[in-house]
Amino acid sequence: MGRHVLLIEDEPHIAEAIRFILNRDGWQVSTHANGQDAVARVHATRPDVLILDVMLPGASGFEVLSQLRAQPETANLPVLMLTAKGQGRDREAAERAGADLFITKPFSNAEILASVRSLVTP
Amino acid sequence: MALSGLSGTRLRERRLALGLRQADLARAAGISPSFLNLIEHNRRRITPPVLERLAGALGVDLAELGDGTDRRRIEDLRAAAGMQDSPVEMDRIEDFLGRFPGWADLLRAQHRRLGQLERTVFLLNDRLGHDPHLSAALHEVLSALSSVRSTAAILAETEDIEAEWRARFHANLHADSERLASGAEVLVAYLDGSEERAQDALAAAPQDEVEGWLAARGWHLPELEPGAAGPAALHPAIAALASGAARSLAGDWLRVLEDDAARMPLAEFEPALAGEGGDPIRLARRFGVGVLAVFRRIAFRDGAVEGLVICDASGTPLIRKPLPEFALPRFGAACPLWPLFTALARPMEPVSALADLPGLVPQRFHLRAFCEPDAVAGFDGLVLRRAAMLIAPDPGAGGVGLPIGSSCRICPREACPARREPSILAGRG
Repeated sequence: MGRHVLLIEDEPHIAEAIRFILNRDGWQVSTHANGQDAVARVHATRPDVLILDVMLPGASGFEVLSQLRAQPETANLPVLMLTAKGQGRDREAAERAGADLFITKPFSNAEILASVRSLVTP
Repeated sequence: MALSGLSGTRLRERRLALGLRQADLARAAGISPSFLNLIEHNRRRITPPVLERLAGALGVDLAELGDGTDRRRIEDLRAAAGMQDSPVEMDRIEDFLGRFPGWADLLRAQHRRLGQLERTVFLLNDRLGHDPHLSAALHEVLSALSSVRSTAAILAETEDIEAEWRARFHANLHADSERLASGAEVLVAYLDGSEERAQDALAAAPQDEVEGWLAARGWHLPELEPGAAGPAALHPAIAALASGAARSLAGDWLRVLEDDAARMPLAEFEPALAGEGGDPIRLARRFGVGVLAVFRRIAFRDGAVEGLVICDASGTPLIRKPLPEFALPRFGAACPLWPLFTALARPMEPVSALADLPGLVPQRFHLRAFCEPDAVAGFDGLVLRRAAMLIAPDPGAGGVGLPIGSSCRICPREACPARREPSILAGRG
Protein backbone atom coordinates (compact mmCIF):
# COMPACT_ATOMS: atom_id res chain seq x y z
CA MET A 1 0.00 0.00 0.00
CA GLY A 2 1.07 3.59 -0.65
CA ARG A 3 1.89 6.09 2.03
CA HIS A 4 0.26 9.22 0.73
CA VAL A 5 -2.29 11.08 2.84
CA LEU A 6 -4.37 14.05 1.70
CA LEU A 7 -5.52 16.15 4.64
CA ILE A 8 -8.46 18.49 4.05
CA GLU A 9 -8.62 20.75 7.09
CA ASP A 10 -9.13 24.50 7.24
CA GLU A 11 -7.52 25.00 10.65
CA PRO A 12 -3.85 25.62 9.77
CA HIS A 13 -2.43 24.69 13.19
CA ILE A 14 -4.32 21.41 13.34
CA ALA A 15 -3.21 20.66 9.79
CA GLU A 16 0.39 21.43 10.73
CA ALA A 17 0.29 19.16 13.78
CA ILE A 18 -1.26 16.26 11.87
CA ARG A 19 1.21 16.70 9.06
CA PHE A 20 4.10 16.60 11.51
CA ILE A 21 2.85 13.45 13.23
CA LEU A 22 2.23 11.60 9.97
CA ASN A 23 5.52 12.76 8.40
CA ARG A 24 7.39 11.34 11.38
CA ASP A 25 5.61 8.03 10.77
CA GLY A 26 6.79 7.98 7.19
CA TRP A 27 3.74 9.36 5.40
CA GLN A 28 3.80 11.87 2.62
CA VAL A 29 1.15 14.47 3.47
CA SER A 30 -0.57 16.97 1.17
CA THR A 31 -2.96 19.53 2.60
CA HIS A 32 -5.97 21.41 1.34
CA ALA A 33 -8.00 24.00 3.24
CA ASN A 34 -11.50 24.18 1.74
CA GLY A 35 -14.42 22.03 0.68
CA GLN A 36 -15.14 23.82 -2.56
CA ASP A 37 -12.51 22.23 -4.82
CA ALA A 38 -11.65 19.35 -2.50
CA VAL A 39 -12.95 16.70 -4.91
CA ALA A 40 -10.76 18.04 -7.72
CA ARG A 41 -7.81 18.03 -5.34
CA VAL A 42 -8.43 14.36 -4.49
CA HIS A 43 -8.48 13.46 -8.17
CA ALA A 44 -5.31 15.45 -8.78
CA THR A 45 -3.31 14.01 -5.89
CA ARG A 46 -4.75 10.45 -5.81
CA PRO A 47 -4.03 9.84 -2.10
CA ASP A 48 -4.02 6.42 -0.39
CA VAL A 49 -5.90 7.84 2.59
CA LEU A 50 -8.06 10.94 2.88
CA ILE A 51 -8.46 12.79 6.18
CA LEU A 52 -11.53 15.00 5.89
CA ASP A 53 -12.76 17.61 8.35
CA VAL A 54 -16.53 18.12 8.59
CA MET A 55 -16.65 21.91 8.99
CA LEU A 56 -15.02 23.32 5.87
CA PRO A 57 -15.53 26.57 4.02
CA GLY A 58 -17.21 26.18 0.64
CA ALA A 59 -18.72 22.72 1.11
CA SER A 60 -19.03 20.50 4.17
CA GLY A 61 -17.01 17.32 4.57
CA PHE A 62 -20.24 15.36 4.12
CA GLU A 63 -20.90 16.90 0.73
CA VAL A 64 -17.32 16.26 -0.38
CA LEU A 65 -17.50 12.64 0.75
CA SER A 66 -20.86 12.05 -0.95
CA GLN A 67 -19.43 13.28 -4.24
CA LEU A 68 -16.36 11.09 -3.84
CA ARG A 69 -18.44 8.01 -3.09
CA ALA A 70 -20.54 8.64 -6.19
CA GLN A 71 -17.49 8.43 -8.46
CA PRO A 72 -15.97 5.03 -9.28
CA GLU A 73 -12.33 6.17 -8.89
CA THR A 74 -12.90 7.31 -5.33
CA ALA A 75 -15.81 5.10 -4.27
CA ASN A 76 -13.48 2.93 -2.19
CA LEU A 77 -10.93 5.50 -1.08
CA PRO A 78 -10.26 5.03 2.66
CA VAL A 79 -11.60 8.11 4.43
CA LEU A 80 -11.10 9.24 8.02
CA MET A 81 -13.46 11.99 9.09
CA LEU A 82 -12.80 14.52 11.82
CA THR A 83 -15.97 15.44 13.70
CA ALA A 84 -16.62 17.66 16.71
CA LYS A 85 -16.95 15.89 20.03
CA GLY A 86 -20.46 15.34 21.27
CA GLN A 87 -22.08 15.99 17.91
CA GLY A 88 -23.96 12.72 17.64
CA ARG A 89 -25.61 13.85 14.46
CA ASP A 90 -22.21 14.42 12.85
CA ARG A 91 -21.20 10.86 13.54
CA GLU A 92 -24.40 9.49 12.05
CA ALA A 93 -24.02 11.75 9.03
CA ALA A 94 -20.38 10.66 8.61
CA GLU A 95 -21.46 7.02 8.56
CA ARG A 96 -24.27 7.72 6.13
CA ALA A 97 -21.95 9.68 3.83
CA GLY A 98 -19.64 6.65 3.72
CA ALA A 99 -16.73 7.42 6.06
CA ASP A 100 -14.60 4.38 6.95
CA LEU A 101 -13.61 5.84 10.31
CA PHE A 102 -14.25 8.98 12.24
CA ILE A 103 -12.54 10.50 15.23
CA THR A 104 -13.75 13.36 17.32
CA LYS A 105 -11.98 16.61 18.14
CA PRO A 106 -10.08 17.09 20.35
CA PHE A 107 -8.30 13.86 19.37
CA SER A 108 -4.98 12.55 20.60
CA ASN A 109 -2.02 12.17 18.28
CA ALA A 110 -1.90 8.45 18.97
CA GLU A 111 -5.54 8.16 17.92
CA ILE A 112 -5.02 9.82 14.56
CA LEU A 113 -1.91 7.81 13.84
CA ALA A 114 -3.57 4.50 14.71
CA SER A 115 -6.63 5.39 12.62
CA VAL A 116 -4.62 6.25 9.51
CA ARG A 117 -2.51 3.13 9.88
CA SER A 118 -5.59 0.94 10.27
CA LEU A 119 -7.05 2.25 7.03
CA VAL A 120 -4.17 0.95 4.91
CA THR A 121 -3.58 -2.34 6.71
CA PRO A 122 -4.48 -5.06 4.23
CA MET B 1 -81.81 18.97 33.69
CA ALA B 2 -79.72 16.08 34.88
CA LEU B 3 -77.02 16.68 37.38
CA SER B 4 -73.50 15.36 37.58
CA GLY B 5 -72.56 13.50 40.75
CA LEU B 6 -70.34 16.38 41.73
CA SER B 7 -73.34 18.56 42.35
CA GLY B 8 -74.15 16.43 45.37
CA THR B 9 -71.49 18.43 47.15
CA ARG B 10 -73.19 21.66 46.16
CA LEU B 11 -76.54 20.30 47.27
CA ARG B 12 -75.08 19.44 50.64
CA GLU B 13 -73.52 22.92 51.00
CA ARG B 14 -76.84 24.50 50.19
CA ARG B 15 -78.72 22.33 52.69
CA LEU B 16 -76.21 23.09 55.45
CA ALA B 17 -76.35 26.80 54.66
CA LEU B 18 -80.09 26.68 55.18
CA GLY B 19 -79.64 24.76 58.43
CA LEU B 20 -81.76 21.86 57.18
CA ARG B 21 -81.28 18.31 58.43
CA GLN B 22 -80.72 15.58 55.86
CA ALA B 23 -83.85 13.77 57.05
CA ASP B 24 -86.01 16.89 56.63
CA LEU B 25 -84.82 17.60 53.12
CA ALA B 26 -85.20 13.94 52.16
CA ARG B 27 -88.75 13.91 53.41
CA ALA B 28 -89.58 17.14 51.56
CA ALA B 29 -88.16 15.71 48.35
CA GLY B 30 -89.84 12.34 48.81
CA ILE B 31 -86.68 10.26 48.99
CA SER B 32 -85.07 8.29 51.79
CA PRO B 33 -82.44 9.97 53.98
CA SER B 34 -79.94 7.27 53.11
CA PHE B 35 -80.43 7.91 49.38
CA LEU B 36 -79.95 11.65 49.94
CA ASN B 37 -76.82 10.86 51.88
CA LEU B 38 -75.45 8.90 48.92
CA ILE B 39 -76.37 11.74 46.56
CA GLU B 40 -74.70 14.35 48.75
CA HIS B 41 -71.51 12.31 48.83
CA ASN B 42 -71.55 11.95 45.06
CA ARG B 43 -72.14 8.23 45.24
CA ARG B 44 -75.42 8.32 43.30
CA ARG B 45 -76.59 10.38 40.39
CA ILE B 46 -79.78 12.37 40.61
CA THR B 47 -82.63 11.92 38.18
CA PRO B 48 -84.26 15.10 36.90
CA PRO B 49 -87.54 14.66 38.87
CA VAL B 50 -85.68 14.13 42.16
CA LEU B 51 -83.47 17.09 41.38
CA GLU B 52 -86.49 19.28 40.76
CA ARG B 53 -88.02 18.23 44.07
CA LEU B 54 -84.75 18.83 45.91
CA ALA B 55 -84.35 22.26 44.32
CA GLY B 56 -87.94 23.06 45.22
CA ALA B 57 -87.44 21.96 48.82
CA LEU B 58 -84.29 24.03 49.08
CA GLY B 59 -85.98 26.98 47.41
CA VAL B 60 -83.24 27.37 44.81
CA ASP B 61 -83.14 27.57 41.06
CA LEU B 62 -82.14 24.36 39.30
CA ALA B 63 -79.27 26.13 37.59
CA GLU B 64 -77.75 27.08 40.93
CA LEU B 65 -77.07 23.46 41.67
CA GLY B 66 -75.09 22.97 38.49
CA ASP B 67 -71.85 24.70 37.72
CA GLY B 68 -70.15 24.75 34.35
CA THR B 69 -66.73 25.16 35.90
CA ASP B 70 -67.10 21.64 37.34
CA ARG B 71 -67.10 20.26 33.87
CA ARG B 72 -63.88 22.10 33.12
CA ARG B 73 -62.34 20.67 36.28
CA ILE B 74 -63.42 17.18 35.30
CA GLU B 75 -61.93 17.61 31.82
CA ASP B 76 -58.67 18.81 33.36
CA LEU B 77 -58.50 15.81 35.67
CA ARG B 78 -59.24 13.47 32.78
CA ALA B 79 -56.45 15.10 30.81
CA ALA B 80 -54.12 14.61 33.80
CA ALA B 81 -55.18 10.96 34.03
CA GLY B 82 -54.53 10.64 30.31
CA MET B 83 -50.82 11.30 30.90
CA GLN B 84 -50.68 8.29 33.14
CA ASP B 85 -50.06 4.76 31.86
CA SER B 86 -51.10 3.04 35.06
CA PRO B 87 -54.85 2.75 35.57
CA VAL B 88 -56.64 5.56 37.40
CA GLU B 89 -60.14 5.33 38.90
CA MET B 90 -61.76 7.23 36.06
CA ASP B 91 -65.26 6.52 37.31
CA ARG B 92 -64.47 8.20 40.63
CA ILE B 93 -63.29 11.55 39.24
CA GLU B 94 -66.40 13.42 40.28
CA ASP B 95 -66.36 11.77 43.67
CA PHE B 96 -62.73 12.82 44.08
CA LEU B 97 -63.42 16.36 42.91
CA GLY B 98 -66.44 16.67 45.15
CA ARG B 99 -64.77 15.35 48.25
CA PHE B 100 -61.29 16.78 47.83
CA PRO B 101 -61.64 19.97 45.79
CA GLY B 102 -58.34 21.36 47.10
CA TRP B 103 -56.35 18.26 46.20
CA ALA B 104 -58.10 18.12 42.83
CA ASP B 105 -57.12 21.71 42.07
CA LEU B 106 -53.57 20.97 43.17
CA LEU B 107 -53.48 18.02 40.77
CA ARG B 108 -54.83 20.19 37.96
CA ALA B 109 -52.25 22.89 38.68
CA GLN B 110 -49.44 20.33 38.75
CA HIS B 111 -50.63 18.84 35.49
CA ARG B 112 -50.52 22.29 33.90
CA ARG B 113 -47.07 22.92 35.33
CA LEU B 114 -45.86 19.58 34.07
CA GLY B 115 -46.99 20.54 30.58
CA GLN B 116 -45.07 23.82 30.83
CA LEU B 117 -41.93 22.09 32.06
CA GLU B 118 -42.08 19.48 29.31
CA ARG B 119 -42.27 22.28 26.81
CA THR B 120 -39.31 24.02 28.45
CA VAL B 121 -37.20 20.88 28.25
CA PHE B 122 -38.14 20.51 24.61
CA LEU B 123 -37.20 24.12 23.85
CA LEU B 124 -33.92 24.02 25.73
CA ASN B 125 -32.99 20.76 24.08
CA ASP B 126 -33.92 22.17 20.71
CA ARG B 127 -31.83 25.26 21.39
CA LEU B 128 -28.74 23.28 22.37
CA GLY B 129 -29.06 21.23 19.22
CA HIS B 130 -29.81 23.99 16.77
CA ASP B 131 -28.63 27.35 18.06
CA PRO B 132 -26.12 28.47 15.40
CA HIS B 133 -24.34 30.88 17.81
CA LEU B 134 -23.77 28.21 20.39
CA SER B 135 -22.70 25.74 17.74
CA ALA B 136 -20.22 28.21 16.21
CA ALA B 137 -18.79 29.15 19.63
CA LEU B 138 -18.34 25.49 20.58
CA HIS B 139 -16.74 24.70 17.27
CA GLU B 140 -14.23 27.51 17.73
CA VAL B 141 -13.31 26.28 21.21
CA LEU B 142 -13.04 22.66 20.08
CA SER B 143 -10.83 23.59 17.14
CA ALA B 144 -8.46 25.59 19.31
CA LEU B 145 -8.45 22.81 21.88
CA SER B 146 -7.66 20.17 19.24
CA SER B 147 -4.78 22.20 18.01
CA VAL B 148 -3.45 22.82 21.54
CA ARG B 149 -3.74 19.16 22.44
CA SER B 150 -1.94 17.87 19.34
CA THR B 151 0.74 20.55 19.39
CA ALA B 152 1.43 20.20 23.09
CA ALA B 153 1.67 16.42 22.73
CA ILE B 154 4.15 16.79 19.88
CA LEU B 155 6.31 19.12 21.97
CA ALA B 156 6.12 16.88 25.01
CA GLU B 157 6.62 13.55 23.27
CA THR B 158 9.08 14.29 20.45
CA GLU B 159 12.54 14.34 21.88
CA ASP B 160 14.48 14.98 18.72
CA ILE B 161 12.33 17.80 17.35
CA GLU B 162 14.14 20.30 15.14
CA ALA B 163 14.56 23.80 16.55
CA GLU B 164 12.65 25.33 13.67
CA TRP B 165 9.63 23.04 14.24
CA ARG B 166 9.80 23.56 17.99
CA ALA B 167 9.71 27.34 17.51
CA ARG B 168 6.81 27.05 15.13
CA PHE B 169 4.80 24.81 17.46
CA HIS B 170 5.48 27.11 20.39
CA ALA B 171 4.12 30.00 18.36
CA ASN B 172 1.08 27.94 17.36
CA LEU B 173 0.50 26.94 20.96
CA HIS B 174 0.62 30.56 22.05
CA ALA B 175 -1.80 31.66 19.32
CA ASP B 176 -4.19 28.79 20.02
CA SER B 177 -4.23 29.38 23.75
CA GLU B 178 -5.19 33.00 23.04
CA ARG B 179 -7.88 31.75 20.72
CA LEU B 180 -9.10 29.30 23.35
CA ALA B 181 -9.33 32.10 25.91
CA SER B 182 -11.35 34.36 23.65
CA GLY B 183 -13.52 31.41 22.57
CA ALA B 184 -14.26 30.70 26.23
CA GLU B 185 -15.13 34.37 26.74
CA VAL B 186 -17.60 34.22 23.86
CA LEU B 187 -19.19 31.13 25.37
CA VAL B 188 -19.49 32.71 28.80
CA ALA B 189 -20.96 35.87 27.26
CA TYR B 190 -23.42 33.73 25.33
CA LEU B 191 -24.52 31.88 28.44
CA ASP B 192 -24.78 35.11 30.46
CA GLY B 193 -26.71 36.82 27.70
CA SER B 194 -29.03 33.90 27.36
CA GLU B 195 -30.69 34.63 30.68
CA GLU B 196 -33.63 36.31 29.02
CA ARG B 197 -33.88 33.63 26.38
CA ALA B 198 -33.87 30.99 29.12
CA GLN B 199 -36.62 32.84 30.92
CA ASP B 200 -38.61 32.86 27.72
CA ALA B 201 -38.28 29.12 27.54
CA LEU B 202 -39.13 28.64 31.21
CA ALA B 203 -42.30 30.67 31.00
CA ALA B 204 -45.55 29.19 29.87
CA ALA B 205 -46.03 28.85 26.13
CA PRO B 206 -46.40 32.44 24.84
CA GLN B 207 -49.85 31.61 23.53
CA ASP B 208 -50.92 30.35 26.97
CA GLU B 209 -49.58 33.52 28.53
CA VAL B 210 -51.53 35.76 26.18
CA GLU B 211 -54.67 33.69 26.61
CA GLY B 212 -54.25 33.83 30.39
CA TRP B 213 -53.86 37.59 30.19
CA LEU B 214 -56.99 37.97 28.05
CA ALA B 215 -58.94 35.57 30.28
CA ALA B 216 -58.00 37.62 33.36
CA ARG B 217 -59.59 40.62 31.60
CA GLY B 218 -62.76 38.71 30.84
CA TRP B 219 -61.78 38.37 27.16
CA HIS B 220 -62.74 41.99 26.63
CA LEU B 221 -60.53 45.05 26.23
CA PRO B 222 -62.70 48.18 26.62
CA GLU B 223 -59.54 50.29 26.22
CA LEU B 224 -59.59 49.50 22.49
CA GLU B 225 -63.07 50.85 21.81
CA PRO B 226 -63.15 54.08 19.78
CA GLY B 227 -62.80 57.10 22.05
CA ALA B 228 -61.41 55.05 24.98
CA ALA B 229 -57.89 55.22 26.39
CA GLY B 230 -56.42 53.32 23.42
CA PRO B 231 -53.88 50.48 23.22
CA ALA B 232 -51.24 52.56 25.04
CA ALA B 233 -53.25 52.04 28.22
CA LEU B 234 -52.61 48.29 27.90
CA HIS B 235 -48.89 48.54 27.19
CA PRO B 236 -47.81 48.39 30.86
CA ALA B 237 -49.83 45.19 31.34
CA ILE B 238 -48.31 43.70 28.19
CA ALA B 239 -44.82 44.73 29.29
CA ALA B 240 -45.42 42.71 32.47
CA LEU B 241 -45.90 39.46 30.54
CA ALA B 242 -43.08 37.06 31.31
CA SER B 243 -41.72 36.28 27.86
CA GLY B 244 -40.75 38.45 24.92
CA ALA B 245 -42.66 36.09 22.62
CA ALA B 246 -45.86 36.61 24.66
CA ARG B 247 -45.39 40.39 24.62
CA SER B 248 -45.00 40.32 20.87
CA LEU B 249 -48.06 38.09 20.39
CA ALA B 250 -50.17 40.25 22.71
CA GLY B 251 -49.11 43.33 20.73
CA ASP B 252 -50.26 41.66 17.50
CA TRP B 253 -53.64 40.82 19.03
CA LEU B 254 -54.07 44.37 20.29
CA ARG B 255 -53.69 45.69 16.75
CA VAL B 256 -56.19 43.17 15.37
CA LEU B 257 -58.77 43.80 18.11
CA GLU B 258 -58.35 47.55 17.90
CA ASP B 259 -59.04 47.37 14.18
CA ASP B 260 -62.13 45.20 14.83
CA ALA B 261 -63.39 47.75 17.38
CA ALA B 262 -62.89 50.64 14.97
CA ARG B 263 -64.68 48.90 12.10
CA MET B 264 -67.53 47.53 14.20
CA PRO B 265 -68.27 50.14 16.91
CA LEU B 266 -70.16 48.55 19.79
CA ALA B 267 -73.00 51.08 19.62
CA GLU B 268 -73.79 49.81 16.12
CA PHE B 269 -72.60 46.25 16.54
CA GLU B 270 -74.76 45.23 19.53
CA PRO B 271 -78.09 46.19 17.88
CA ALA B 272 -76.93 44.71 14.57
CA LEU B 273 -76.04 41.46 16.33
CA ALA B 274 -79.55 41.25 17.74
CA GLY B 275 -81.13 42.40 14.50
CA GLU B 276 -79.34 39.91 12.27
CA GLY B 277 -80.06 37.04 14.65
CA GLY B 278 -76.35 36.70 15.38
CA ASP B 279 -75.61 35.66 11.77
CA PRO B 280 -71.90 36.36 11.20
CA ILE B 281 -72.19 36.39 7.40
CA ARG B 282 -74.88 39.06 7.45
CA LEU B 283 -72.94 41.04 10.02
CA ALA B 284 -69.80 40.82 7.90
CA ARG B 285 -71.71 42.18 4.92
CA ARG B 286 -73.27 44.94 6.95
CA PHE B 287 -69.96 46.20 8.33
CA GLY B 288 -67.88 45.45 5.24
CA VAL B 289 -65.48 43.19 7.16
CA GLY B 290 -64.41 39.54 7.03
CA VAL B 291 -66.33 36.80 8.82
CA LEU B 292 -63.38 36.05 11.11
CA ALA B 293 -63.41 39.69 12.23
CA VAL B 294 -67.09 39.30 13.14
CA PHE B 295 -66.32 36.08 15.05
CA ARG B 296 -63.66 37.95 17.05
CA ARG B 297 -65.96 40.89 17.69
CA ILE B 298 -68.69 38.56 18.96
CA ALA B 299 -66.39 36.54 21.22
CA PHE B 300 -64.36 39.48 22.57
CA ARG B 301 -67.25 41.78 23.42
CA ASP B 302 -68.20 42.50 27.01
CA GLY B 303 -69.99 39.58 28.66
CA ALA B 304 -69.87 37.37 25.56
CA VAL B 305 -71.01 33.80 26.24
CA GLU B 306 -69.37 32.53 23.04
CA GLY B 307 -66.07 30.71 22.92
CA LEU B 308 -63.69 31.00 19.99
CA VAL B 309 -60.81 29.09 18.50
CA ILE B 310 -58.74 30.31 15.57
CA CYS B 311 -56.26 28.04 13.81
CA ASP B 312 -53.86 28.17 10.88
CA ALA B 313 -53.79 25.81 7.91
CA SER B 314 -52.00 23.14 9.94
CA GLY B 315 -54.88 23.10 12.42
CA THR B 316 -52.63 24.55 15.12
CA PRO B 317 -54.64 26.84 17.37
CA LEU B 318 -53.52 30.47 17.34
CA ILE B 319 -55.86 31.56 20.09
CA ARG B 320 -58.41 29.75 22.21
CA LYS B 321 -61.17 31.31 24.24
CA PRO B 322 -62.60 28.22 25.91
CA LEU B 323 -65.97 27.86 27.56
CA PRO B 324 -66.22 26.16 30.94
CA GLU B 325 -68.13 23.32 29.31
CA PHE B 326 -66.06 23.24 26.10
CA ALA B 327 -62.39 22.62 26.77
CA LEU B 328 -60.03 23.43 23.90
CA PRO B 329 -57.03 21.09 24.01
CA ARG B 330 -53.52 22.40 23.58
CA PHE B 331 -50.99 21.53 20.87
CA GLY B 332 -53.61 20.91 18.20
CA ALA B 333 -54.76 17.50 19.48
CA ALA B 334 -58.41 18.43 18.99
CA CYS B 335 -61.34 16.35 17.76
CA PRO B 336 -61.13 16.09 13.96
CA LEU B 337 -64.92 16.28 13.71
CA TRP B 338 -64.99 19.90 14.77
CA PRO B 339 -66.52 22.10 12.06
CA LEU B 340 -63.35 24.19 12.41
CA PHE B 341 -61.43 21.59 10.41
CA THR B 342 -64.23 21.08 7.92
CA ALA B 343 -64.12 24.81 7.26
CA LEU B 344 -60.36 24.67 6.76
CA ALA B 345 -60.94 22.37 3.79
CA ARG B 346 -63.77 24.53 2.40
CA PRO B 347 -62.54 28.14 2.45
CA MET B 348 -65.16 30.91 2.30
CA GLU B 349 -67.99 28.46 2.94
CA PRO B 350 -69.91 28.71 6.22
CA VAL B 351 -69.96 25.48 8.22
CA SER B 352 -72.58 25.32 10.91
CA ALA B 353 -73.50 22.44 13.20
CA LEU B 354 -75.37 21.66 16.35
CA ALA B 355 -72.94 19.44 18.17
CA ASP B 356 -72.96 17.34 21.31
CA LEU B 357 -70.03 17.00 23.67
CA PRO B 358 -70.20 13.64 25.45
CA GLY B 359 -70.22 13.21 29.19
CA LEU B 360 -72.43 12.30 32.07
CA VAL B 361 -74.45 15.34 31.11
CA PRO B 362 -74.08 15.76 27.32
CA GLN B 363 -73.78 19.38 26.29
CA ARG B 364 -75.23 20.89 23.15
CA PHE B 365 -73.44 23.66 21.24
CA HIS B 366 -74.05 25.68 18.15
CA LEU B 367 -70.75 25.69 16.29
CA ARG B 368 -70.12 28.03 13.37
CA ALA B 369 -66.86 27.83 11.47
CA PHE B 370 -65.38 29.75 8.60
CA CYS B 371 -62.04 29.79 6.79
CA GLU B 372 -60.55 32.82 5.08
CA PRO B 373 -57.67 32.47 2.61
CA ASP B 374 -55.23 35.36 2.49
CA ALA B 375 -53.13 35.80 -0.64
CA VAL B 376 -50.42 37.62 1.28
CA ALA B 377 -48.08 37.94 -1.67
CA GLY B 378 -50.51 38.72 -4.46
CA PHE B 379 -52.16 36.58 -7.10
CA ASP B 380 -49.21 34.31 -7.86
CA GLY B 381 -47.84 34.13 -4.34
CA LEU B 382 -48.38 32.23 -1.13
CA VAL B 383 -51.95 31.78 0.11
CA LEU B 384 -52.39 31.46 3.87
CA ARG B 385 -55.54 30.09 5.46
CA ARG B 386 -57.03 30.86 8.81
CA ALA B 387 -60.11 29.18 10.17
CA ALA B 388 -62.14 30.09 13.22
CA MET B 389 -64.95 28.44 15.12
CA LEU B 390 -67.45 30.29 17.25
CA ILE B 391 -68.76 28.15 20.09
CA ALA B 392 -72.16 29.02 21.53
CA PRO B 393 -73.94 26.98 24.20
CA ASP B 394 -77.32 25.90 22.84
CA PRO B 395 -79.14 24.00 25.58
CA GLY B 396 -82.57 24.45 24.03
CA ALA B 397 -81.99 22.47 20.85
CA GLY B 398 -83.44 18.96 20.65
CA GLY B 399 -82.65 16.05 18.36
CA VAL B 400 -79.27 14.45 17.85
CA GLY B 401 -76.29 16.70 17.34
CA LEU B 402 -72.99 16.09 15.60
CA PRO B 403 -71.18 13.71 17.98
CA ILE B 404 -67.94 15.57 18.66
CA GLY B 405 -65.43 15.40 21.50
CA SER B 406 -62.59 17.41 22.95
CA SER B 407 -59.68 15.16 22.03
CA CYS B 408 -59.53 11.40 21.46
CA ARG B 409 -57.60 10.50 24.57
CA ILE B 410 -60.29 11.80 26.89
CA CYS B 411 -63.32 11.18 24.70
CA PRO B 412 -65.65 8.33 25.65
CA ARG B 413 -67.03 7.78 22.12
CA GLU B 414 -65.41 4.39 21.73
CA ALA B 415 -66.78 3.56 18.28
CA CYS B 416 -66.08 6.98 16.74
CA PRO B 417 -64.83 6.43 13.17
CA ALA B 418 -62.58 9.48 13.48
CA ARG B 419 -60.76 8.09 16.53
CA ARG B 420 -56.96 8.54 16.40
CA GLU B 421 -56.04 6.61 19.52
CA PRO B 422 -57.81 4.62 22.24
CA SER B 423 -59.50 6.58 24.97
CA ILE B 424 -58.74 6.27 28.62
CA LEU B 425 -62.51 6.54 29.18
CA ALA B 426 -63.46 3.42 27.21
CA GLY B 427 -66.90 2.19 28.12
CA ARG B 428 -68.14 5.42 29.65
CA GLY B 429 -69.89 6.94 26.62
